[in-house]
Amino acid sequence: MEFLQYFGGVFEPVAFMLLLGGTIGGLILGATPGLSPTMAVALLIPFTFQLEATQGLILLGAAYTATVAGGAVSAILLRIPGAPANIATALDGHELARQGRGTEALHVSFLASGVGGIVGVLLLIFLTPILAQWALAFGPSHLFWMAILGVTVIGSLDSRSFVKGLLSGCLGLWLSMIGYDDIQGAQRFIFHDSLTGGVNIITALIGIFAIPQVIEMLAKGRVEHKINTVQVESQSLLASLKLLLTNIKALSVGTVVGSVIGLIPGVGGQIAGLLAYDQTRKFSKDKASFGKGNPAGVIAAESANNAMVGPSLVPLLTLSIPGSPTAAVLLGGLLIHGIFPGSDLFDNYPDVAWTFINSMLIGQVLMVIFGIWVARHAARVAHVPPPIMAAAVMVLAVFGSYSVQQSMGDVYVMLILGISMYLLEKVGFSAAPLVLGLILGPIAEANFIQGSMIANAMDGAMVYFLSGTLNLFLVALVVASIAYSFISTRKAGLQKAPDMQGASE
Amino acid sequence: MSNTASTASSARSASKTRMQHLIPATIILALALSVTYLSFIREPADAFLFPRFIASVMLLLAIWNFVRALLGMARIGDGLTLQVVRNVLPGLLIISVFALFAAKYFGFYLASWCAFLGVYSLYDPASHTEFKTWKKRLIVTTLFMVVIYCLFSLLLKVQTPRGLFL
Repeated sequence: MEFLQYFGGVFEPVAFMLLLGGTIGGLILGATPGLSPTMAVALLIPFTFQLEATQGLILLGAAYTATVAGGAVSAILLRIPGAPANIATALDGHELARQGRGTEALHVSFLASGVGGIVGVLLLIFLTPILAQWALAFGPSHLFWMAILGVTVIGSLDSRSFVKGLLSGCLGLWLSMIGYDDIQGAQRFIFHDSLTGGVNIITALIGIFAIPQVIEMLAKGRVEHKINTVQVESQSLLASLKLLLTNIKALSVGTVVGSVIGLIPGVGGQIAGLLAYDQTRKFSKDKASFGKGNPAGVIAAESANNAMVGPSLVPLLTLSIPGSPTAAVLLGGLLIHGIFPGSDLFDNYPDVAWTFINSMLIGQVLMVIFGIWVARHAARVAHVPPPIMAAAVMVLAVFGSYSVQQSMGDVYVMLILGISMYLLEKVGFSAAPLVLGLILGPIAEANFIQGSMIANAMDGAMVYFLSGTLNLFLVALVVASIAYSFISTRKAGLQKAPDMQGASE
Repeated sequence: MSNTASTASSARSASKTRMQHLIPATIILALALSVTYLSFIREPADAFLFPRFIASVMLLLAIWNFVRALLGMARIGDGLTLQVVRNVLPGLLIISVFALFAAKYFGFYLASWCAFLGVYSLYDPASHTEFKTWKKRLIVTTLFMVVIYCLFSLLLKVQTPRGLFL
C-alpha cells in the first residue's frame, strides 16, 4: 500500500492544474476525428520539458486517458470514432443518439470508461511492484530477448502483413543505431550532419505519428467538410447510472477483457473494444438488438478501451518495454527527464512513479466528471475544417520537433520520417513496430553488448543467450509470436485468394 | 466481349498494384543491402556487432518482401492513386519549403504564418475571390500563430531561428 503515501503529490497546485488541463484538453482532442491519442501525447511532449518529471508525466498520462475516452463523443454523436479504440462504440452509440438518447449514450460511455479505467489503474498499482520484484532476476540476456520480443509481438499483431510488420521493426532498430556509438567511439550510419546525435525519439515520434495524419487530411483535397451532428436532449444522470447498473454484465465483460488485453504488449484499445463488444453480444439474450442501439454495446466497448490503459503501462514501468505506441511515447517522456523505467524505478524514483500512477486514478474520476460536462460541447471540435486542422498540426509538429534540442536538424529528420512513414503505410507497413524498434533498439543493443562481454568470459554467446529456463521461454515466445503472425497472414491470404480482390497477403 | 474487357481491366489493375509494391520493396531492399554492407565493412568491428545482427535479419526480410512484390503476391495497402498524389503534392510542397528552407532563412514565425495560411487557403473549399473568406483565413491564421507564440516563446522560452524577419 506504498502508493497511498504519494497521493498528496497529485493535489499540489501545479500538478493538479496539469491533471485538470490534460483531462479537459484530452477530452477535446479525443473528440476530434483524425487526432489519435498517440499523436496527441507525442505533440504534448515538448510542453513537458520545462516541467518536473512528475508534472510532465501527469500531463501526458491525463491526456492519454482522456483522449481514449473523448473519442467516444464523436463516435456517438457523429458516427466518426475519435480514435481506433472507439470503433465499437460507434456501432450502438450512434444508433442511440439517432433515437434521441444521445445524452444517455454519452453518460453511460463516460461512466463505463471511468469504471474500466479505475479497475485498469488498480491492476497497474497492484501488479507493477510484483512484476518489478520478479524483473530483478532479469540479466542482460533476458532483457535483450524481452526487447526483441517487444518488437516481434507488435510487428506480428499490429501489422496486417507478417513480413512487413517484422521489417518495420527492423527499420526501427536500424534507426536507433544511427549516430555516435558512445561505448566504442565509432560513427554509425551518419549520412548527414543532422544525424550525428542519432535520431531523437521525440522528434521521430512527432514525425511518424503527426505528419502522416496531416498528409491524410490533405489527400482529401479541396472538399466541403460536412458533419451531421445529432441533436442531444437533456437526461438525468441518475437514470444513466441506473442504466449502467442494469448492464453490469456488459460492464464486467468489458472491464475484464480490457484489463487482460492491456497486459499483452502490442494489442491496442481497438482490439479490446471490439473483442469486449463481441463477447457481450455473444453472452446477451437479445443479440439482435446489438448494432441497433443497445447501451450494453457502448458500455462494453468503452469500459474495455479504458480498462486497457493502466495494464498497458505495466511492462513499461517494470521492464522498460512499452506495450503500445502510446506507452512508447510515455517512455520518451520519461527518458527526457533522465528517468529510465525498469525493475528499480520504484526504488530510485518512488515519488515520480507512484504520483504518476495515482494521478491516473484521480484522472479517471476527473475524466468522468468533465467528460459528462464537456461531452455535448466537445463534438463541436469535429466541425473544425480539415485544412485548419492539417495546418495547425503541421505547425505544431515543426515547433515541437525544433524545441526538443533547438535544432533545425531535428525538423528535417521529423519531416523526412513523417513523409516516409506515410508512403510506407500506403503499402502496408505499420508505424507501431517501427516506433517500438526505435525505442527498444538501445535497450536491446546495450544488453546484447553487456551479454556478449559476460559470454566471452564464460561459455560463449550461444550458451549465454540460449540457455536457462527464462531465456528459452523468451525465445519460445519470440518464435511463437512470429509463427502466429505467419499462420494468421497465410490464413487471411487463403481466404481472400479465390477472388484475388482482397487486401490480404 | 465484356468478359475480355473486364479481364484486361483487372490485369491492368494487378500490374498497377504490383508496381505500387515493387518500387518501395526495391528501395527497402537497396537500403537493407547498404546497411548490411556498411555494417560488415566498417571498423571497429565491436561497434557494428549488433548492427550486423539486425542488418542480416533486415536483409532477409527485405529480400522476402521484394520477391513477394515481384511475383505480385504483395497486396496489402491501397498504394497511391493519381488523384491522391495531385491532392497531396501542393500541400506537401508548402510543408517542405517551410520546414526545410523558409523557417530557417525567413524566421520561424513568419514562415509558419505563411505556411499555415498557404495550406489553409489551398485546401479551403470556400471561394478564393471573396474578401470575407480571406478575412476569415487571415484572422484564423494570425490567432493561431499568437497562441503558438505564447506557448513556445513566452511559456517554453524556445529560441527559434529569427532569419531575415521573425
